[in-house]
Amino acid sequence: MVEFFLNTVKPHFNFWVYVILMMVGLWSLIAKNNLIKKMMGLAIFQTAIILFYVSLGVKDGATIPVLEHYGDYAEKAEPAGPDASKPASKPASKPAPNPASMPAPAASNPADAFANPVPHVLMLTAIVVGVATLGVALALCEMIFKEFDTLEEDELLRKIKALHDDA
Amino acid sequence: MLEQLPAVILLAPLFGALLISLFGLRERRACFPVAFASLLIALASAIGAGTRAFTGGAYDYFIGGWEEPLGIGIVLRVDSLNGLLLIAIAVVAVLALIFTIRPSSEKDEGKTAYFYILFLLLCVGLFGITITGDAFNLFVLIEVSALTSYGLVAIGSSRRCKMAAFHYLLMGTVGASFYLLGVGYLYLKTGSLNIQDINTILATNAVVSESPGVTTAFILILVGIWIKMAFFPLYGWLPNAYSYCPSGSACLLAPLMTKVSVYVMIRVMLSIFGLEWVFGHPGWSDLVVWLAVIAILAGSIMALAQREIKRMLCYLIVAEIGYMVGGAWLNDPNLWGLTGAFYHILADAMMTLCLFLTAGIFFKYRGISEIADLDGIFKKMPLTSIGFVIGALAMIGVPPTCGFFSKFYLIRGGIEGGQWEYVAALLISSLVNAVLFFRIFEIAYFGKKPAEGHDHEHNHEHEHEHEAPAQTVLPAREAPLSALIPLLAAAALILLVGIFNGQIVELIRVAFEIPSTVVSNLR
Repeated sequence: MVEFFLNTVKPHFNFWVYVILMMVGLWSLIAKNNLIKKMMGLAIFQTAIILFYVSLGVKDGATIPVLEHYGDYAEKAEPAGPDASKPASKPASKPAPNPASMPAPAASNPADAFANPVPHVLMLTAIVVGVATLGVALALCEMIFKEFDTLEEDELLRKIKALHDDA
Repeated sequence: MLEQLPAVILLAPLFGALLISLFGLRERRACFPVAFASLLIALASAIGAGTRAFTGGAYDYFIGGWEEPLGIGIVLRVDSLNGLLLIAIAVVAVLALIFTIRPSSEKDEGKTAYFYILFLLLCVGLFGITITGDAFNLFVLIEVSALTSYGLVAIGSSRRCKMAAFHYLLMGTVGASFYLLGVGYLYLKTGSLNIQDINTILATNAVVSESPGVTTAFILILVGIWIKMAFFPLYGWLPNAYSYCPSGSACLLAPLMTKVSVYVMIRVMLSIFGLEWVFGHPGWSDLVVWLAVIAILAGSIMALAQREIKRMLCYLIVAEIGYMVGGAWLNDPNLWGLTGAFYHILADAMMTLCLFLTAGIFFKYRGISEIADLDGIFKKMPLTSIGFVIGALAMIGVPPTCGFFSKFYLIRGGIEGGQWEYVAALLISSLVNAVLFFRIFEIAYFGKKPAEGHDHEHNHEHEHEHEAPAQTVLPAREAPLSALIPLLAAAALILLVGIFNGQIVELIRVAFEIPSTVVSNLR
């Protein structure tokens, strides 16, 4: 158990957490009866993906991707040496023209000084999209509540069925 | 100026939506002209941009002139595939817009401005999905179109459309999230978001393209798009959303949303991963074709069980999605399946538009939603019925409608690829469609009750852009011009797309890089 945790879970901790979060979200999306809880599941689901993307951009010992901070890295990199290319920084593919042909990241590669900003920037957009989705979902919940006086799905379905039988 | 056309396609409806949100809320009558003008501009620029791609081959457009050195930047790419689709989207949008001149009830009049804003934004999203050359921007634009379509479903006055919209939202968001996750894995492996870049890297670098991460990415993207397009086991949101939403929204959503998702799937297979990569996995093609067969049969059978016109059409869409997915995955040597699938996107957009317009007319001007109530409608609304018959014949697949030719190409692909179950499913589904529509013809032509009133005169009060007060009485006469023009135009397009299928197919196959000699043999 401990072996498993140390060898498999720990190096990819973020990715384990993102999968678990995603499943939690999906579960409450499917299994919960209340529409608001379903919506919260949706939010958790989306947040899990944000965590995944943010983890992609992270590198060990890297600093924020602003040129002025390059000095911070250069000092640190000297003693750290080859440590910078630990397996935990696997997703360190920089958007270079052909990253697969890149040599194993060495301290001499200036790109290693910086965290990859692209996934983080993408997530700004995804967060905005998520906020918009939740806004629409909340508005719809409010309309449903005004119409049917409940947000429990089974009751809603019963009321809708009654509506259908009347017509 | 002409090289800016790809951007104009997106900007025209976007600025139209902004203008309406500025002025339309106060001056309701300004909404329609603004929306109409901006969509016409988009249509003209789509034709211009498409023609350039048809004659000169694919080209890129960099927004703001930022040519991408590092796979960052906003790139639009037009080739003959999406040139065709852009024109089709613009045409469908213009026709669906004309249909919305008259609000269906007084209650809806207050929502006019909001409706047109959402309508135009949805068009922006659809154009963007079609034209973008960037995998992440594709996600954002999918969400733009999805969010607006939730609004368009929920804007109706029926009590059930809100619930339908909420379910649609849950499913749609999950689908888009899966797509986003897949793009993440793809970025992780290739380090690029530009579709062409990714394709080059996957084609040249075997270490990357054979890694499990890329396979994971493909499966996640595929599942996400399947939810979006209502592929059979994932179709649950579609019937409620499209049958309870207002007729004006249905005429835009039903022909375009699912079809554009199919286009995304084809784009992902063709331009991101490459057909060699996709079909290099043994068994995948067979598996998906079998899923498509189940989708076709299930959609057809469920359509048979429906009593409402719109719901029946919704299940037919589920079956049609099966046609397209199956066709795209046939993996036949000459790619006739893929050709047929793309041609069917165009054909099905026109057919669905035509049928949803008639369903909308029956509901809006006669209050009819059940098939059984249609009796004698051919005599009362002869012109509407002509449109309906053409749409129905296209669904069945009678030449020279486009429905015949798309089935022809799909079946040809099925035979050449040796996927007999797919051929059989297509034929069975055509028979089911024939049963479905001839049942309606019988009721509508011969009728059950004696027809009351033989009022053949057409409504000639000319529709101007100013909307007339909503009709509450339903006199026994033909639908107004605002409904007939789009309907008959759609019917004419069904015939035109069918008659000019040779030219269209040639354009499609140029994008697959198949030498045109193969094409000319067939005509």
